[in-house]
Amino acid sequence: MAKSIKVRAKVKGDSTVVKALISHAMETGLRKNKKTGKMIPAHYIQEVTCSHNGNDVLNADWGTAISKNPYLSFKFGGAKKGDTLKMSWVDNKGESDSVEAKIK
Amino acid sequence: MNTKRRSFIKSSAAAGAFGVAVSAGLITPRAVMAAWPKAAFAATDVDAAVKNAFGSSDTTESSDIALKAPEIAENGAVVPITVTSKIAGTESISLLISKNPTPLTATFKMGKGAEGFVSTRVKMSKTSDLVVVVKANGKLYSAKKEVKVTIGGCGG
Repeated sequence: MAKSIKVRAKVKGDSTVVKALISHAMETGLRKNKKTGKMIPAHYIQEVTCSHNGNDVLNADWGTAISKNPYLSFKFGGAKKGDTLKMSWVDNKGESDSVEAKIK
Repeated sequence: MNTKRRSFIKSSAAAGAFGVAVSAGLITPRAVMAAWPKAAFAATDVDAAVKNAFGSSDTTESSDIALKAPEIAENGAVVPITVTSKIAGTESISLLISKNPTPLTATFKMGKGAEGFVSTRVKMSKTSDLVVVVKANGKLYSAKKEVKVTIGGCGG
């Protein structure tokens, strides 16, 4: 699968700001396909994990109400320039992706 | 006598290895996924969702939670939300949208070093209250804001 996560992490003073964009349909399962009248099955990200040097810094459980192509931003302390940040997601169909980024 | 001692060591070693496997397993995303709180996400009202997620629906309103969301969202499919919790020892931040079919939208669990800040975009079906529940030091705190939606984000 092509890389679905774009992540930027930047050290600002004591904390590191992480901004991420994930490309995902985030289908709620409540929408109808207008042409066929059938329901579009739910397909959404359930878990997002972000770790820094092997420590989980953020662990998110998501429901269907997160927007399509989710955006996520958070802050954490204790990171240095050049450290590696790992982010991964798992959706309700068991698909997953992960990416590693260098903190700037 | 000796054989008993051997088997005891063996069994304790096996138990030890099992314990390590379990704790190692907890870190992997797959094991975390098993912990995805299905009942909480399936709940259809705010109180039930909070109760399912945290075991209690007793929340204290707190002014230390800053909730940034638009007064009026033109497009309910993309409502930007930023939450900053100044409560020391914030463990998790949950977003709930009271009039969505299933109010619980997301729970962000803060790991070591993470600050009480998250920003994301959510879908809102119609004008409703946005409720933030912050868990800190075993207690639940909440904040609320009404967001008016002109075009719903669920359905089409």
